[in-house]
Amino acid sequence: MPSSEKSLPKDMDRRDFLNVAAVGLTGIGVCGAAVPFIAQMNPSKDVAEQEKTEVDISSVQPGQTVKVVWRGQPVFIRNLTEQEITEANAVAMSDLRDPETLEQRTKAGKNNWLVTMALCTHLGCIPQGGNAGEPKGEYGGYICSCHGSAFDTAGRIRRGPAPTNLTVPPYRFISPSVISIG
Amino acid sequence: MNLSPPPYRPKNSFTRWLDDRLPVIRLLHDVIGGGYLVPRNLNWLWNFGVLAGIALTIQIVTGLALAMHYVASSSEAFNSIEGIMRYVGFGWLIRYGHMAGASLFFAALYIHMFRGVYYGSYKAPREMIWLIGVLLFMLAMATAFLGYTLVWGQMSYWAAQVITGLFSVVPFVGEKIRIWILGGFSPNAATVNRFFVLHFTLPFVILAVVGLHVWALHRKGSGNPTGIEVQKPEEVVPMHPYYVVKDAVAVCVFLLIFCSLVFFYPNAFSDPDNYIPANPFSTPAHIKPEWYFWPFYAVLRSFTVNFMGIPAKVWGVLGMGLSVIVWGLLPWLDNSPVRSGRYRPLFRCFFLFFLADMLLLGFCGKQPAEEPWIRLGQWASLYYFAFFLVILPILPLFEKTKAVPFSIDEAENKRTDA
Ligand code: HEM
Ligand code: FES
Repeated sequence: MPSSEKSLPKDMDRRDFLNVAAVGLTGIGVCGAAVPFIAQMNPSKDVAEQEKTEVDISSVQPGQTVKVVWRGQPVFIRNLTEQEITEANAVAMSDLRDPETLEQRTKAGKNNWLVTMALCTHLGCIPQGGNAGEPKGEYGGYICSCHGSAFDTAGRIRRGPAPTNLTVPPYRFISPSVISIG
Repeated sequence: MNLSPPPYRPKNSFTRWLDDRLPVIRLLHDVIGGGYLVPRNLNWLWNFGVLAGIALTIQIVTGLALAMHYVASSSEAFNSIEGIMRYVGFGWLIRYGHMAGASLFFAALYIHMFRGVYYGSYKAPREMIWLIGVLLFMLAMATAFLGYTLVWGQMSYWAAQVITGLFSVVPFVGEKIRIWILGGFSPNAATVNRFFVLHFTLPFVILAVVGLHVWALHRKGSGNPTGIEVQKPEEVVPMHPYYVVKDAVAVCVFLLIFCSLVFFYPNAFSDPDNYIPANPFSTPAHIKPEWYFWPFYAVLRSFTVNFMGIPAKVWGVLGMGLSVIVWGLLPWLDNSPVRSGRYRPLFRCFFLFFLADMLLLGFCGKQPAEEPWIRLGQWASLYYFAFFLVILPILPLFEKTKAVPFSIDEAENKRTDA
């Protein structure tokens, strides 16, 4: 019959549409079903909950660094000496890979308290220079022996593969001698 | 030339019955039995594929036994392994077997791969075999890394930290990906658990991919040291018994080395720091991966300054990634019409230099991140990439190759005459 021959292409179109719709919907369904399986890999609630860590810093002497734990990660709290502050302020911004002043990296009026993550911004090793007797590297701050990144007395990257300065975690002074991280 | 192998003929009524319903014997015949025809002039370098397979088998068997006793928890993992060493019957043997097996697996793979480079095994029509091979190499690396973290010693922990740190270079979402992989902000209880699951699963994935590797191999047939394709039936012999027996000899030598390692030098390749339980608050002064990662680790460390507007860290990770991926590009980087290094004197020099360079890179990767090792590693990385990306592509333009004989027979007769 001529009429049915004519309607054949139309029929095919409808089939194509049904095909695409079926496959497309299946695809969307599979993607949707994948969401929980991908999401389950994220930190579970007990890990993800951002606890705060309070630290009494009254016993930290100038020139001394303490390592504390926040969210399972180590944090350096360093009481800078006058000389270390002068050194940090003497550096020209143009010499820095990640230009920031000591002022910007510390709290107003408390420039001597340098609080940073104790994790190298390269691949996450703990740099040396936080414990007594450890080498501080040629810039007087920290040195990461994993792949040789050196940080200055403001915790800024000066040499090696690390891209940015040691990260300053969110923190505040809740009294002159206690800080709360987180 | 396509030589049709003798087809499988079931000998008795049972095998005929079985062949009709489930042709497994036919499969074995076609894949490794008398049905696979192999050039008769293979040298001992062609044994290493099978040796890698043996090593994989050792890993799966010892791994299954270890998994019966291992506890995947950040507080128990280290102790459970010490327990395997001390209290589980033959636990020490099984664990040392798994350790030596991993090293020998990579040793076999490296020889297998360098064989491929020297003899041009990756050239048409065997590109697919090669690509699957590179995929296998990557899977093996991932598996080895995951397994190493399971010990949850100091090196395990910091390997997990540093290697997942590689993902943080991804723009914008890098840090999110890192945390997603770890299931926390740093390696933690969730990390050990999921790494165990993955380490358990991947070897079976590798096994399946080895199946593809061999399948692809059997479509085009094995190459041979002359690089000349088979042309006459006299140039091939059936895999069984000829190469099955030859492989068996290689396996004996391989197992001899394996046993020497297990019984006399079980810790020859392990880092003493990994016998210290993981401590998230202290990084060992000198962290380094297992020996088979040293060359790539040296490439990672070779990028120390930002250039072209890209941070050193990103260069390092890209460089390291590329140093593995370039292997997969070889079939397209090397356009010389001559396949085997036997007939390419100039290539042979560059190849030997490349071999030495790889060893030098490995040596640099082992050293602390200090001069002169960084500088040396930079030069070695430069040659590494130059070999792949510059030397191989331009060599055919001016290289004078030796006359390639017409057939395997002619080539081998010449060699014995000379
Ligand atoms: C899980 C690891 C692997 C296993 C178990 C394995 C196994 C094998 C076996 C049994 C053969 C045949 C015998 C031989 O030629 O030695 C073979 C051939 C081959 N493999 Fe692998 N292989 C592995 C990884 C690799 C890797 C990493 C590469 C290269 C990057 C590679 C490239 C090749 C090539 C090109 C051939 C064909 C060589 C020729 O016939 O001339 N394989 N493999
Ligand atoms: S982790 Fe510090 S330099 Fe790489």
